[in-house]
Amino acid sequence: MRLDARTLPLLITVGVFILLYAACAVQFPAMLGTRVIGNLLTDNAFLGVLAVGMTFVILSGGIDLSVGAVMGFTTVALAVMIEGAGLHPLVAFTIVLAGGALFGCGVGAAIHWLKAPPFIVTLTAMFLARGAALLLSTDSIPVRHGFYQTLSGLSLSLPGGGRLGLIALLMLLAFLAGGVLLHFTRAGLKVYALGGNSRFAGLMGIDTGRTTILVYGFSSTMAGLAGIIFSLYTRSGYALTGVGVELDAIAAVVIGGTLLSGGVGGMAGSLIGVLIQGLILTWITFDGSLSSWWTKIAIGMLLFIFIGLQRLILHFSAPTGRTG
Amino acid sequence: MGDTASMVLAVRGLTRTFPGVRALDGVDLTLRAGEIHALLGENGAGKSTLINLLTGAQPIDDGTIHLDGRAIRPKNPADAAANGIVAVYQEITLLPNLSVAENIYLGREPTRFGLVDRARMRREGSALLARFGLSIDPALPLSAFSTAVQQLIAIARAVDMSARVLILDEPTASLDSAEVAVLFRLMRELAASGLAILFVTHFLDQVYTVTDRITVLRGGKLVGERLTADLARLDLVAMMLGSLPATESHLQRRTAVAPGDIVVQVTGLGRRNLVSPFTAEIRQAEVLGVAGLLGSGRTETALLLFGAVRADTGGVLVDGKPVTLKGPRDAIRLGFGFCPEDRKLDGIVADLSVRENIVLALQARQGWWKRVPPARQRALADDYIRLLNIRTPDAEKPIQLLSGGNQQKALLARWLATRPRLLILDEPTRGIDVGAHAEIILLLEELRNDGMALYVISSEIEEVAAYADRVLVMRERRQAGMLTGAEVTPAAIIDAIVRPVDGEPSGRAA
Repeated sequence: MRLDARTLPLLITVGVFILLYAACAVQFPAMLGTRVIGNLLTDNAFLGVLAVGMTFVILSGGIDLSVGAVMGFTTVALAVMIEGAGLHPLVAFTIVLAGGALFGCGVGAAIHWLKAPPFIVTLTAMFLARGAALLLSTDSIPVRHGFYQTLSGLSLSLPGGGRLGLIALLMLLAFLAGGVLLHFTRAGLKVYALGGNSRFAGLMGIDTGRTTILVYGFSSTMAGLAGIIFSLYTRSGYALTGVGVELDAIAAVVIGGTLLSGGVGGMAGSLIGVLIQGLILTWITFDGSLSSWWTKIAIGMLLFIFIGLQRLILHFSAPTGRTG
Repeated sequence: MGDTASMVLAVRGLTRTFPGVRALDGVDLTLRAGEIHALLGENGAGKSTLINLLTGAQPIDDGTIHLDGRAIRPKNPADAAANGIVAVYQEITLLPNLSVAENIYLGREPTRFGLVDRARMRREGSALLARFGLSIDPALPLSAFSTAVQQLIAIARAVDMSARVLILDEPTASLDSAEVAVLFRLMRELAASGLAILFVTHFLDQVYTVTDRITVLRGGKLVGERLTADLARLDLVAMMLGSLPATESHLQRRTAVAPGDIVVQVTGLGRRNLVSPFTAEIRQAEVLGVAGLLGSGRTETALLLFGAVRADTGGVLVDGKPVTLKGPRDAIRLGFGFCPEDRKLDGIVADLSVRENIVLALQARQGWWKRVPPARQRALADDYIRLLNIRTPDAEKPIQLLSGGNQQKALLARWLATRPRLLILDEPTRGIDVGAHAEIILLLEELRNDGMALYVISSEIEEVAAYADRVLVMRERRQAGMLTGAEVTPAAIIDAIVRPVDGEPSGRAA
């Protein structure tokens, strides 16, 4: 087994997750039940889907701050289309996914053609999406369509009384599809190439513009899917949904062993990054005496430790024959 | 081999113009199958521009490229590669975060049912690398290997993309002699298999070791194409540096004023792995020229003298007193000025105005708390714009909008404003048009006659011979001679540059 800058962070993440889970289980044996596991996956489904898109963006050397706002906009847009305009949910889903893809491609195009930093462009996109969502409605709109009831009822029974809801399955499917796309296709390799060094990637014949546009398009599509999941989860639409979740998604990806500078990392780590965040929240809920804000503090400390670790790993595995 | 070999690449009248300078001016280049062809020239000769046009990294303004008799016009590196023209650079342009196999097959990975076939990639990569004498696991990350191996992997990738023309741009710069030998053997094998290879280097030994034919560029123009075997080393250097006896007359040597006292005495100044200790004295009202080929250590002497790089041996006396040079600030305090070789990188601050660029060094010497008053800044800028004939509508124009020659004059003004005792100039006339060229040389002579001490590095041998009172010759990072008085002639300078291997044009491996 090779330990290098690519595999070590993932192993550390897996180790942290197992330790954390074991510690929880010792204190609260109920944590081992499939019911808790099912809830862990269901409650964090939207975050997981966002993390799938964010993994692509960060691996390509970028960042996407707009995903939380796009998700919020999607929940409102769905509520307005289904309740206001009377569209069938499946039609509305198709529209928001297509809209998300277009929006993201626009963001990617702006980053590429204007040679603007992704941070600024996606910050702009975040304001745009959030503003547009508030323009649609400032109220929380409940969605009462029968199809929503049907979808919410769909679930896979786990041995031990747990249930894997549709949205948890959707998240796992997103991770699976994202993982295959990233690790087993030409497109995925292009994302790594772009994140390694975009100028060299261009010299090696990669169409960097096209790749950038598709990466952000994919991220926004995932944000649209996260919006659908959140809409099913809460059966409502609200413009201020998901404020700050883009940062949770970034944290999940980084904790999962992907370098914030791009080019190194993978999809499996991001799933564990999401689960670690969910686990901390579950623990705090079980404990009952701690404020839920401790989640943020724990995540902050974990992130800090991981970024420090990544620096150390990079330092000690410095490639040979290259000068600074 | 030779003239009967079939023509693969025919470049005719290739031209590329940048604002203020014609980087490539009607250049012809012919590459033949089975030949290794050297492309030579000093910095700014147009080698990089020519390669950029061939690989589609920059658009062509004028001229034609024919590959196997078919006209092509590469739009980008991918397009050039699809046509069979691939370049490998000194800087390794592979991706360290990917595996060796991924680097070799990036953009053309073998697939199976739509998914990348990693097993096949690894198998074929392994076989390909074996042909290049590398028995390594292609699944390992590229960053696990040395620069030399990475260089060979880059060449393997290029060749495997069914290249007809392989461009090697200074591939040997970061290799040791054993690695260079491996590379040369590989180049000969590739040429024998019918490839045309364009080889850029500044090591003349390597040119004579491995190439069949030579094309020399100077100042963006073609100087000529010769068979390597027929070209003596002395003649090659003369082609590169542009000194032919017949053209010597147009630069009249002007009588110098009598040199004054020694301003700066350099004794055994050097730094390990950079430049061997050199010794020189620079007098008031005197130009000390520094000549040598690219990579000879000529720029490094200036960096040491200005404190930009700290010396580890030797010392500098100013007015007979030893001084410490810990950095450029010390040098500026002593009254040194330095116009570096690469204006865009080290000299001008592109977004600032002409005035701000001129005032910069004076302000730096005064310290940032004692601001040069705005009125004085304007007066200084206006004075120098008039004095040096800097062509700009006004002093507030961003300097990047000026032509190369005028930028150079503004840089000169920056240092003149500090009234330096010693002015160090690295290639002051590179990349600027002919008119500005003459003006700058005239200016150097005026400064000299006014009593300034000048240290001028130049690859324009004729010019150096015309204005320098003495010439320090550098070769292979050590002092190769010091010419004084009547010895300062273009022929003598070139002779000093090539002397030890003169008359042995088919030198041995590096």
